[in-house]
Amino acid sequence: MFAPLLGKPGSSKNNKTGSWRSFLKPKYLQKNCIACGLCKLICPESCIEGKEKNTFRADLAYCKGCGLCSQICPKKDIEMIKEQE
Amino acid sequence: MREFIEGSYAVARAVKLCKPGVISAYPITPQTHIVERLADFVANKEINCQFVNVESEHSAASVVLGACATGVRVFTATSSQGLIYMSEVLFNIAGMRLPIVMVNANRALSAPINIWNDQQDAISLRDSGWIQVYAENNQDALDYTIQAYRIAENHKVMLPVMVNMDGFILTHGMETVDMPEQNLVDKFLPAYNAPYKLDVENPMSFGLLGDPSIYLEARYAVQKTLEDLVTLIPAVGRDFNSVFGRKGIDLVEGYRLEDAKVAIVAMGSVCGTIKDYIDQEREKGKQIGLLKVITYRPFPKEEIAKALENASKVLVLDKAISLGNEGPLFTEVKSVFSAKSPKVSGFVAGLGGRDITLETIKEMVNISKKEQPRCKFLNLKQELLKEEFYV
Repeated sequence: MFAPLLGKPGSSKNNKTGSWRSFLKPKYLQKNCIACGLCKLICPESCIEGKEKNTFRADLAYCKGCGLCSQICPKKDIEMIKEQE
Repeated sequence: MREFIEGSYAVARAVKLCKPGVISAYPITPQTHIVERLADFVANKEINCQFVNVESEHSAASVVLGACATGVRVFTATSSQGLIYMSEVLFNIAGMRLPIVMVNANRALSAPINIWNDQQDAISLRDSGWIQVYAENNQDALDYTIQAYRIAENHKVMLPVMVNMDGFILTHGMETVDMPEQNLVDKFLPAYNAPYKLDVENPMSFGLLGDPSIYLEARYAVQKTLEDLVTLIPAVGRDFNSVFGRKGIDLVEGYRLEDAKVAIVAMGSVCGTIKDYIDQEREKGKQIGLLKVITYRPFPKEEIAKALENASKVLVLDKAISLGNEGPLFTEVKSVFSAKSPKVSGFVAGLGGRDITLETIKEMVNISKKEQPRCKFLNLKQELLKEEFYV
């Protein structure tokens, strides 16, 4: 008899870990973005999408609200806001 | 062909006949002769096999774990301190459902440091999920090793087997054994066909996190598989008998037990000594017999109960001690008879962090009104349990 033991690659996406976020979430203002991509590079969850200017966004299904994207943004175009806002 | 041979060398020959692809082991008395001889076979290219030298038993177990996960038949052997040094990996091997075969040369545990035989090492790992069998003589050790692969690699089983042989008494004892022919072993034991493996063409991950939502079922699956083995192991033994013409593996073996008033219960090589004693006593007209327990895990409860049904006295001889309580085999043989007592029921819950709620306790009490289980898992998700391996 067997229970589920093995995982196919990529299956960690099935776990929507964004619920672990407890206080702040990022808000991408999409006003002064220069598409440098630093937010995407620094994100420990690799949950930021975007290519062109003012198109970047975080997938809140996985974002833990660490705030690194907001810290590194040279144009201060990402704000950390309260979860309920 | 019959050969006069040391127990360790007999086992090494058995392993060679099973054609493993990877062997990894670390020397430890009294097991060393087994892997020494296997290293010779590999160095002399007598078998097409990789021998991985490692710095410890923990690594030896880890190497065979990894190799087995790639779908290769593997072998390792150890003893005593080496076995308990492996213990972390051994629990993983069973949990990951890898059909590894290991020979353990039973030896005492330190301290005081002692290289001689008892069975404390293996008994201390009885809860690891490994199938444990105990050889009485060198022929058993050889035959059980071959049959161990057949049992372990069955797609419905996929659990590791520890073949126990008493250190020095068997490992260094010379006996005449019937050495099987390669073509018969090939007939009995086809090449290992892994139902799942590490493969770049079809990637998958082994040994993943099993959170409270699935862990209990993973443990139950091992338990249920071990329980089902009480029918499969004798079936493998009968198959062995039909190919090789001598008795195959079984769960227990009775010796002059039919009319015995006094029954001795024991495991391993001491059963040979006990048989001689019984023969002496029978000459004097004493009704005495032996029940040899071959598979300690799974523990053959019903077979033991049936075999000891008519005995008025049962003497259990342990070569291990659960310090603070009593001999482990004694505890378990007694438990076979407690099934008839209406007092005690057994339940398992909360493994891996599954919540035990007021409802769980209520369910336990309700079940106990209707039945008297020995090992009833509570809060089990039946939908997660399948007969075949699945991802």
